[in-house]
Amino acid sequence: MHNPQLNAAGELQHLLSIEGLPRAVLTQILDTADSFVGVTEREVKKVPILRGKSVFNLFFEASTRTRTTFEIAAKRLSADVINLNIAASSQTKGESLLDTVANLSAMQADIFIVRHVASGAPYLIARSVKPHEHVVNAGDGRHAHPTQGLLDLYTIRHYKKDFTQLTVAIVGDILHSRVARSLIHGLTTLGTPEVRVIAPQTLLPTGVESLGVRVFHDMKKGLAGADVVVMLRLQNERMRGALLPSAQEFNKYYGLSPDKLALAKPDAIVMHPGPMNRGVEIDSAVADGPHSVILPQVTYGIAVRMAVMSIIAGN
Amino acid sequence: MTTLPDAEALCAKLVAELKPLVKPSTAMIGLYTGGAWLAEKLHPQLGLSTPLGLMDIAFYRDDYHKQGLHHDPKRTRIAFEVEGRDLLLVDDILYTGRTVRAAMNELFDYGRPASITLVVLADRGGRQLPIFAQHYGTQVEVPDGQRLRIKRSAEGRLSMELEDA
Repeated sequence: MHNPQLNAAGELQHLLSIEGLPRAVLTQILDTADSFVGVTEREVKKVPILRGKSVFNLFFEASTRTRTTFEIAAKRLSADVINLNIAASSQTKGESLLDTVANLSAMQADIFIVRHVASGAPYLIARSVKPHEHVVNAGDGRHAHPTQGLLDLYTIRHYKKDFTQLTVAIVGDILHSRVARSLIHGLTTLGTPEVRVIAPQTLLPTGVESLGVRVFHDMKKGLAGADVVVMLRLQNERMRGALLPSAQEFNKYYGLSPDKLALAKPDAIVMHPGPMNRGVEIDSAVADGPHSVILPQVTYGIAVRMAVMSIIAGN
Repeated sequence: MTTLPDAEALCAKLVAELKPLVKPSTAMIGLYTGGAWLAEKLHPQLGLSTPLGLMDIAFYRDDYHKQGLHHDPKRTRIAFEVEGRDLLLVDDILYTGRTVRAAMNELFDYGRPASITLVVLADRGGRQLPIFAQHYGTQVEVPDGQRLRIKRSAEGRLSMELEDA
């Protein structure tokens, strides 16, 4: 089957989803990110590789943090960065998605970083751009958030070295999480033997087992012996619907407290894609505790985004 | 058939040449992959006070727009201050000079060295930039259509060979 992310030579042309990416491509991204971590630790945190290239941040849905990390990454590659807050511009005047992109393409864009509320929007753009233009999905609807998934994979590999011995538990709102989906695909492709999802039935997509995960409704059972615990953000708007009784009750059953974390392996790491709801899905004692690698995740996220942009722009 | 000199003997020659030049401020950086192999041979024999630095110039190459990024980049590791150092920059084979140009650009993002001296195992001519090696093991003429490669055996012995380009 044709994979729209890869060119004829099987190299990464766009990054739209971790799903369907071969292990070799994932490993190349993680290895390249490792080299960029070295760059980000230097006095001069910049390399000339994307000099003269233009990176357009197209955020049809607001996200300060993700947009900023892409901007930092692009600037450290010496690219020019143009931020477009589309929610407040042409789209509100009725311009179509593809017309917006065609206009930006006429301004000599090389890379489009796209976030959109609609699942699949980055695919639509990738199909319409010129051969030298590249698209990175920065989160589309409930579908995928591949750079977040990749930075999670990088963080896990950094602390645990080898995926083939690991038990990874992903906890919380799996149903609405594009992060969880991207991470599950990456973990299984890289040979993680046990990926668990822990959530109430109302926050699990139907047929989640088909992704190759074990499902737990009891968090204590699900955390037993885990090497890696990935907490997901509970979006406040979910609370208003019928999915959950209250934040307090969610915290009681699915919030990560020091007591529950003690059931995981003694050297387990705790991750969270941010922004965190302290006291809801994660207690402060855990978020700020010795197992937490939440802030290193942010740092590695920049190196991972540098890797993705420098790989696709060269293919 | 060109007979190539023994790489191990050339290493010994380079050590003898470099030893008298070593100062307290001298440090060594090897370029991946072949230059790193050579540097790993030379470094312990020169009694330098700083650990060996290793550099991958992938992000500074001038052919990125044609070649893209190669698949297995290594992390540059320089565990000393570059500022004010007298650097021995080590590569395996000096050809067009473009790798050395890229390496010098990367080095200056770490600091301003007092000097950079280029050390290579073999100089095969064919320069496209005004760059030369102050110290080389040998000069090799490479027939058209062939290229010179450095190899390392499982026991760590270095050798050179010609192969079809």
